[in-house]
Amino acid sequence: MNISQFTTAASDYAVKVDRLFYLEAVISGIVVVLVTGLIIVFFALYYRGSSMPRGDVPEHKSHEIEIGWTVATLFTFLFLFWWAASDQLTALTPPKDALEIHVVAKQWMWRFQHPSGAREIDELHIPAHTNIRLAMTSQDVIHDLYLPALRLKQDILPDRYTYEWFNATKTGTFHFTCAEFCGTDHSIMAGSLVIMKPEDYARWTAAQPQGGDLAHQGEALFRSFGCSGCHTPGSTVHAPDLHGIYGRAVQLADGRTVTADEAYLHDCIFLPDKNRVAGFPPLMPNFSGSISEGQAIALIAYLKSLATVRGTRTQNASPEHTGSRP
Amino acid sequence: MTDAALPFVPPLDIWRGSYLDEGHTIASWLTTTDHKRIAILYALSITVFFFIGGVAIGLVRLELISPTGLFLTSDEYNRLFTIHGIIMVWFFLVPSIPATLGNFLLPMMIGAPDVAFPRLNLLSWYLYVGGAAFTVYVLLSGGVDTGWTFYPPFSSEYSHSNVIPAAVGVFIVGFSSIATGVNFLATIHMLRAPGMTWLRLPLFVWSMYTVSVVMVLATPVLAMSLLLIVAERFFGLPIFDPSAGGDPILFQHLFWFYSHPAVYIMILPAMGVVSEVFACFARRRVFGYAFMVFAMLMIAVVGFMVWGHHMFVAGQSPVADLIFSFLSFIVAVPSAIKVFNWTATLYRGHIGFEAPMIYALGFLGLFTIGGLTGLFLASVPIDIATTDTYFVVAHFHTIMVGGTVSAFMAGIHYWWPKVTGKLYNEFWAQFAAITMFLGFNVTFLPQFVMGWLGMPRRYHYYPDVFQIWHVLSSGGALILAAAYLMPLVYLTWSLFYGQDAGANPWRSTGLEWQTPSPPPKTNFVRPPRVDADPYEYHDFGRTEETGGEARARPQGEAT
Repeated sequence: MNISQFTTAASDYAVKVDRLFYLEAVISGIVVVLVTGLIIVFFALYYRGSSMPRGDVPEHKSHEIEIGWTVATLFTFLFLFWWAASDQLTALTPPKDALEIHVVAKQWMWRFQHPSGAREIDELHIPAHTNIRLAMTSQDVIHDLYLPALRLKQDILPDRYTYEWFNATKTGTFHFTCAEFCGTDHSIMAGSLVIMKPEDYARWTAAQPQGGDLAHQGEALFRSFGCSGCHTPGSTVHAPDLHGIYGRAVQLADGRTVTADEAYLHDCIFLPDKNRVAGFPPLMPNFSGSISEGQAIALIAYLKSLATVRGTRTQNASPEHTGSRP
Repeated sequence: MTDAALPFVPPLDIWRGSYLDEGHTIASWLTTTDHKRIAILYALSITVFFFIGGVAIGLVRLELISPTGLFLTSDEYNRLFTIHGIIMVWFFLVPSIPATLGNFLLPMMIGAPDVAFPRLNLLSWYLYVGGAAFTVYVLLSGGVDTGWTFYPPFSSEYSHSNVIPAAVGVFIVGFSSIATGVNFLATIHMLRAPGMTWLRLPLFVWSMYTVSVVMVLATPVLAMSLLLIVAERFFGLPIFDPSAGGDPILFQHLFWFYSHPAVYIMILPAMGVVSEVFACFARRRVFGYAFMVFAMLMIAVVGFMVWGHHMFVAGQSPVADLIFSFLSFIVAVPSAIKVFNWTATLYRGHIGFEAPMIYALGFLGLFTIGGLTGLFLASVPIDIATTDTYFVVAHFHTIMVGGTVSAFMAGIHYWWPKVTGKLYNEFWAQFAAITMFLGFNVTFLPQFVMGWLGMPRRYHYYPDVFQIWHVLSSGGALILAAAYLMPLVYLTWSLFYGQDAGANPWRSTGLEWQTPSPPPKTNFVRPPRVDADPYEYHDFGRTEETGGEARARPQGEAT
């Protein structure tokens, strides 16, 4: 293994983080030299028994000194905060057009699901110069996807989605690993991040064995788990219609209004009582235990596709047969 | 020592022997309510736990010499670093200075015969022992593997180790902190000698005051969060379990709401100790006394508002990240001011190189390095890159272990003659002090480097590219071990063969030195009266002074 698999700054953001790090290193160096220098000078001049004259420091002068270095310190720190915060804020909002890859972490492995339907374990292939958004969840304890070359780290929680996004600029093979203590084999929960040229990524994706893209997989699950039995306009069961649900505001029975994001849809599958939709009876069964996190990702991808490509999919999503409720 | 020494001669007619002569049986020690004896009980207990925690991390550092491990399984490795963390944080660092030096010196420094609630003081030690018993049980019955942070759902559902006894041990020991805190607050408010106004309090007393406030306000939150873990693990209450609608991040908020102030519980007393030592061995009033007091109060207050900087990658909102980052930069300002003030205290002093001063300078160096790397971690983008790596490990060990242990050693050496009445071997003490400073730097500077390069923490196996840094760090740990063992030898030696110290060998102005060494049971032969500011090591108002030392003026009289 080569240290450059960790240290290469593989995105513009990583270069910025390094720049801030070195800036703070220089400022720290100056402070250390200043304090050490003063201590050495004071020791050299005022060691016990030296013949230097020692008068009093007038009160007003020592107050001026005190206020002087307080203000200087405060402004230096505010300057650093401003620099760090602006780096943070510019990296905050993920671009809309990002390629979304789903990550499921569990003791002690990583599973990645590409939108094309390709899946991989402990290895992540991504195209360079592309906005990539990772949507991550855990099947057990808290993990953390640490991508050293991208200077990124994000905890991954059970029953919740967390995200990180980046745009890699360097191709090559880099290291990634788990950074949140997760039990026995925490230290070997690692893998390789392969950043490829976009055309290589397209070729790689095409070569993967796959059963249709994520949304199609989700559609199949939507039928096989019997979701379609209730959640179709023609159903006799009074259940919310899911067409265009993603991103919509939903009125809940307890008066709240929430946006139907991935976390909301996830909760609807695993904790149906948490967010009951206004005007519907509490009929939705709890699927925790029978649907895996990976399947949930495919289901949500399908629901998202209902929002975007209404025309063709609407047809597919309304199958004639009515699946029995589990 | 010189003829400028303070003229104190114990009046023999009323001298009835020291606190050490008040009973020599074990029972007399276990039932004592004398704050000085309780301090010694605490000192012995935390020393035992310090070495247990030290052996645990010694094994870890040995194992880490090889990237594929030497002799431990991953589960054993995880249990060792967990027990190291639990013992060092709650059974050593938190009680270290307050329960030993604080207990012994706080009443003496304000001219009181004891703390406000002597029996509560003894109870606090028994609570410590009770918590310690659970921890020893955990150790003997196979350990616990959650890390000292007890994060659920790992701790509540997935760990197959002794989480509940470990949590109960920490829960109990927390109450010993609370008892000590309450006691100190009452003592400082109620028992100051006539003339000991608030702005005449030595900075060590101020540090005990601020740390007590933090202990009393923060520790109950730790107790709550551990209780909730126990409730979830034992009774199945799904408080943090997300599959039942709970929130694991809630635990992290509660835990760090205690554990960040806990960092200040460790470092504020250290600040107090080195302020005393710098003033005494530079023969100079602490530069900017009022600013030092204000800085400590500010740290204690703002320290409660920065816990979220432990959670920049945990999944809290970016707005919260921003606010906690800002407040973390703000809380660094008073710390920086204190560094400048200690440095400026040396200006125009008569600086000596005795062991306590070397330890205090070691503190200053480590505190500066630790503090500056704290700025890196307050910056959100750098924190995201370095959190949960060895960079963080190195940062908090440098500041809260390097800083606190250096100051603790400075304090032990400074007040050793007062506590025991004996002088230790100065050469070996200086040698140990320098060794310790080197040991800390050799151990932790490589950890800063490998952390920035990308080495995650809590790793049993690691990529071989980091081996060189791990070997260096383990070498440093060996130096540190030597530095820790040396004082054990020469200090014990001094008890039997050391020279008698006399009442005030350092010619200090502190009230605790204006009484025999070791002090009588009531601390002072007669109630002291305070008529001066602290640290009057030189005459004021003189603009010209030749090389000779001024005569120090004690803070008060008690003879």
